Amino acid sequence: MGTDAVFRVDGLRKSFGHIEVLGGISLELHAGEVTVLMGANGAGKSTLVKIISGVYERGGGTMQLAGQDFAPNTPAEAIRAGVVTVHQNINDGVVADLDVATNLTLDRLSGSGVPTFFNPGRVRREAKAVADRMGLAIDLKARVSDLSLADRQMVAIARAMAHRPKVLILDEPTSSLSSAEADRLFQLIDRLREQGVAILYISHRMSDIRRLADRIVSMRDGVVSGVFDNKPLDYEGAVNAMLGRKIHLDRVVARNSAHPVLTVDGLRLAPGARPFSLTLGAGEVVAVTGLVGVGKTALAETLFGVRRPLSGAMTMDGRPYAPSSAGEAIAAGVFLVAKDRATSGIVGDFNIERNVSLPFLKRMSGLGVLKRRIERAAARRQIEELAIVCRSEKDEMGALSGGNQQKVMVGRWMSQPARLFILDEPFQGVDISARRDIAAKLRASADGRATLLFVTELDEALETADRILVMSEQTIVGEHRNEDIDLERLLAEVAGGPLHSAA
Amino acid sequence: MMVRDHAIRYGFIVLLFGLIAYFAVAADGFVSPQSAVFIFQSVAITGVLALGVTATLVVGGFDLSIGSVATSAMMAAAYVMVVLEQNAVVAVVVCLLIGAVVGLINGWLIVYMRVPDLLATLGMMFLLVGLQRIPTEGRSIATGMTMPDGSVANGKFGEAFLALGRHRFDFFVPNLVPVSVVVLIVLALLIWFFLEYTRFGRMMYAVGSNERAAELAGAPVKAYKIWAYVISGVFASIGGILLAARLGRGDIASGNNLLLDAVAAALIGYAVLGAAKPNAFGTAVGAVFVGVLLQGLTMMNAPYYTQDFVKGGVLVVALVFTFALSGRGRK
Repeated sequence: MGTDAVFRVDGLRKSFGHIEVLGGISLELHAGEVTVLMGANGAGKSTLVKIISGVYERGGGTMQLAGQDFAPNTPAEAIRAGVVTVHQNINDGVVADLDVATNLTLDRLSGSGVPTFFNPGRVRREAKAVADRMGLAIDLKARVSDLSLADRQMVAIARAMAHRPKVLILDEPTSSLSSAEADRLFQLIDRLREQGVAILYISHRMSDIRRLADRIVSMRDGVVSGVFDNKPLDYEGAVNAMLGRKIHLDRVVARNSAHPVLTVDGLRLAPGARPFSLTLGAGEVVAVTGLVGVGKTALAETLFGVRRPLSGAMTMDGRPYAPSSAGEAIAAGVFLVAKDRATSGIVGDFNIERNVSLPFLKRMSGLGVLKRRIERAAARRQIEELAIVCRSEKDEMGALSGGNQQKVMVGRWMSQPARLFILDEPFQGVDISARRDIAAKLRASADGRATLLFVTELDEALETADRILVMSEQTIVGEHRNEDIDLERLLAEVAGGPLHSAA
Repeated sequence: MMVRDHAIRYGFIVLLFGLIAYFAVAADGFVSPQSAVFIFQSVAITGVLALGVTATLVVGGFDLSIGSVATSAMMAAAYVMVVLEQNAVVAVVVCLLIGAVVGLINGWLIVYMRVPDLLATLGMMFLLVGLQRIPTEGRSIATGMTMPDGSVANGKFGEAFLALGRHRFDFFVPNLVPVSVVVLIVLALLIWFFLEYTRFGRMMYAVGSNERAAELAGAPVKAYKIWAYVISGVFASIGGILLAARLGRGDIASGNNLLLDAVAAALIGYAVLGAAKPNAFGTAVGAVFVGVLLQGLTMMNAPYYTQDFVKGGVLVVALVFTFALSGRGRK
């Protein structure tokens, strides 16, 4: 374990237009140590990595590598200086149609001092040297496209290591790996650690973090919110620093539910996950929280009929509920405001009115012909109820702010009565006042249906829900009534501590 | 900018009138009933095909096989009446079936086999071009021809069928409006109404703009896409019926320009009235535009090979209007 910082960042800033994405980041990386970087989506992690690896230019602050100023203008310069990044999308790091040996020596194919003629023998020799240094046991003649994703990642990392970097950055490396493949990766990282490489490991997976971290740096809203390096590491503290606790804006009076609307029994979302059960009642707002990748969207899509569970059964109002498409779910009264509205919700060519009516065209038509007056009335009602800022229902979506666009999405699904109303990350890219409007509307209209929110930020859960469920590793690990809540226990569950059964 | 907005919205309509004015002066006889009839005839068939391909453009696809579906339908109509000696009704039904079946196959290839739309319909185009030549060993079909097996084909085109191509309605001027134009107008109104006023048309636009959002809003996206290709196929076969009726024989060399003309009309349609999306009215205007252009060039004795050049140029200009100038492009 090294003590001097091999890589240092001081007061790093970056803005895009007037939006400040990084507000002064300072961190250190030490040789032979794994530093884990944690932060929710939008915290600025990927911008930081892109500046370090030479993709973006920094807006302020300094970087130093081994005591020297480090300011790469291009990724190639960063690599030459000794800072190498392995990307989250594994296929970005390899050329699938070439063989392993060529991939390992890929960066020698161009640049100065490279001979014009391609010498297969030399390539194989160099590749073998690289592979041996890493303990890589893959056939060098194999085509990369024939390898599994995990093996491809090994090749990508070996290729990065061929440069003998001082700093290696791994961006969410286990997101496509099984746990056995992840173990193999961890052994490799141990080996690299022994070789004295400073490793920056970006991840949301608490199991990875517990296995690997020598230090944890938490980021939130473009600044470092906590550095944890005292052993034993304070994992809950790191999660808390990452998710943060802003000032409580609205106090929620937790309500009990009248009667169950949806029950889920023994649901299993992924191989190896523990089956879980849950009940959602009429009149209550339930929030499901947990880190990125724990299965929140998987559960939302399963309830909406867009994804099939591995096992388990659902009932709605006492009758079996097993939708095989979004259409069937909607017909049963289950609505989903999906995550990432730009890709899964907004029809860019349509104005507000047409976006609001989209799922319910049949109800607004007679003999196939649309009744435009009904459509207009529905849109106008939603604009009023949700206080959408626009000139009229004929405004184009592109003219609206993020918060107002999300209000249109919520308005779409609120325009008809629901039995179960699901929202997946509804506050992503939404300003604080729009968030308050939406949350208030959800609570005010909660009678007569069950409402289910999936959120990563604890604030959002605490401000909107009567009951909070915690997910970890594709299953539910805890349940809390939103009244005198035991925040420590909640954080422990989010951080993947001891499993409680859903009470 | 005001001028720019007006240029985008009305540019093509102004261009159309300007073109008519130019040819009226530059080409003798351009402004005459006979000339108008020629224009109508070519516009009608192009327009029908263009309306069909517009449906596929709306869902975000593209049907390149329309030209060969039309010529296959033409050959099939001739085959049914001359060789199989059936009547006009049977011929029409067979043609429509061909259009529907080809559309289904295109849809299946694109939606279930996940072949990209341009490639699937391109492949279908080649397939059909070859297929339509097989029954007669590559020769045209006419009454009294000898078949490959030695027999003589004695059927002929039914009177009712030929009327589709020959009959003219009186409209201000006697014998001005051919039946094909009436068919075009009826189909244009149907498609326009379907796309603008029904929930099916509306959902088709949604599928073309954001397929995932349409799916999560409960639309059976696969079905919508396949239906778009069926519509395209059936419309192309209607075009083929009109073509056969006009020619009176199964002419193997006819109809090679149909694809380019129809696609140009549909894409010009994007630029009309600032729609920046495929639409029925724009397609109709585009078809008129192409027809006027071709007739004018012909009457000015422009060589045939320059016509493709001019058509292509117009197409590129139309696309620039839509995508570069208005800043709101699809695909």
